[in-house]
Amino acid sequence: MSLSKDEIKHVSRLAALEVTDEEVDEIKAELDDVLSYVEQLSAVNTEGIEPTSHVHGIVNAFREDVIKDSLSLEEIETFAPDFSPAGFRVPKIIS
Amino acid sequence: MNSLINLSAHEMRQGLLNSSFSAEELVGAHLKEISKSKELNSFVTVCSEEAKIQAKAADKALRENKEQTPFFTGIPLAVKDMLLVEGVESKACSKILEGFTPPYSSTAVSKVTKQGGIIIGKTNMDEFAMGSSNENSAFGAVKNPIDKTRVPGGSSGGSAVAVAANLAPVSLGTDTGGSIRQPASFTGVYGMKPTYGRVSRYGAIAYASSLDQIGPFARTIEDLAITLEAISGFDPQDSTSVKEEVPSFVSELDKLKDLSGIRIGVPKEFFISGIATEVEDSIRESIKKLDSLGAEIVEISLPHTEYALAAYYIIALAEASSNLSRYDGIRYGNRPEQVETLESLYEKTRALGFGKEVKRRILLGTYVLSAGYYDAYYLKAQQVRTLIINDFKSAFSDSCDVILAPVSPTTAFKLGEKTASTLEMYLADVFTVPVNLAGLPGLSVPCGLDSNNLPISFQLIGKPFAESQMLQIAKVYSR
Repeated sequence: MSLSKDEIKHVSRLAALEVTDEEVDEIKAELDDVLSYVEQLSAVNTEGIEPTSHVHGIVNAFREDVIKDSLSLEEIETFAPDFSPAGFRVPKIIS
Repeated sequence: MNSLINLSAHEMRQGLLNSSFSAEELVGAHLKEISKSKELNSFVTVCSEEAKIQAKAADKALRENKEQTPFFTGIPLAVKDMLLVEGVESKACSKILEGFTPPYSSTAVSKVTKQGGIIIGKTNMDEFAMGSSNENSAFGAVKNPIDKTRVPGGSSGGSAVAVAANLAPVSLGTDTGGSIRQPASFTGVYGMKPTYGRVSRYGAIAYASSLDQIGPFARTIEDLAITLEAISGFDPQDSTSVKEEVPSFVSELDKLKDLSGIRIGVPKEFFISGIATEVEDSIRESIKKLDSLGAEIVEISLPHTEYALAAYYIIALAEASSNLSRYDGIRYGNRPEQVETLESLYEKTRALGFGKEVKRRILLGTYVLSAGYYDAYYLKAQQVRTLIINDFKSAFSDSCDVILAPVSPTTAFKLGEKTASTLEMYLADVFTVPVNLAGLPGLSVPCGLDSNNLPISFQLIGKPFAESQMLQIAKVYSR
């Protein structure tokens, strides 16, 4: 299985990760290598096997519906790139 | 004074209690050694001022109320940059988080500092824990103190080196696919990945949430045990942490006189070609020694071993692509100045902030989760994961109490040796990833040296929550 350049561009859009045309070639070779390797899983018979997403099978780890302290606005201001008390400032969404 | 850095944490505790030296002298000696060892690049942040202040406070506590002071009072620890420490830059060795100072500490770190531990610095690591050699850090590679032309292993290279080079008696790392055990084996120290859920992941920057675990490095088993004890336990802040009793690993350490009654499983699929001869020889010698100590050595089979690496790389990368989507330049982290739209803010922030390996993993992870490919890759990998878990379950229920295996097919390789091929670097993890996939505890135990004086280790793999027994076995082996 090999990724086309268009597929790489498509995936980079999904991942919101800009990939330049120069980078695509390099990345393609590396990703193709790894994809070919992981493809061997198709040979494994997994008929009727449940997928595992959590090793101990913990379900419904609830907590009490109690209000707890969260970060204060002052704390947020120490690390937010562009913050006003109204929220995190961002560039325009609709271009 | 320099001999202070050669002590174990337990010896440091005794020395402080006996007033043989002060915490100020102890921390001072470590800070001096760290400044002499910059070439190793083990630390990315050194907390000299804070550590000196805390050392003074520790000395006061020891003077006033010695017997009530907790174990780690006055004792320095190094913490992988993956773990948040309140007020200390925590960036997972990535440019995207450079300058980020968290307003809270990870649970594991809080637990240790509550026991008096002094965080002496944040250690270098592969960016976002993605690597097996600590060559993927945005802040330079780490060097193996045994041979500075070689890697210390990764991704917790800095934490392993801190302990191996006596820059701290114990350190904390994380292990998602071998990132504690492999650098422990490359540097000749003990390293343990606990059972998944044993240690809270709250405040540990997430790489692959179903695989990540925080664990200790140490030069002695006693130190490893007490550090593991300190960081373990259920945490309501981590919904994947388990309500399992934490035994006193240290007081149970000498429970075994010998290994009679213990069946050690040796998986035949782990001893196929590809292991360096000297590594295999050393491990076979260790098996003989364990046999002579009374253990019953049993050949076992873990039939799906050959698929573990492929399953790991699909699952880990998929989870990573999801976890790293939070680095969007909005709430924290670095972002470029001139951007027109929100969309280009995301794309450029991430393109500028992430290193090459991180980008590769995000792209592959996104691909295997994308529409049309999810079933063939991610779902399939999760099913293979079930088969791997079942292999271990069968082995433990039918044949053995604990499993012994190599940690790495080689000893520490040269810097730059494997960086040309992504896949070749991934193959370094072949023996460690099955343990993460199954969520089992894994303990890396130094067992020999090769003809270049490079350390070799074997790993013990235990049943869920069997850390105490594994430490006891390692203790008997090391006597």
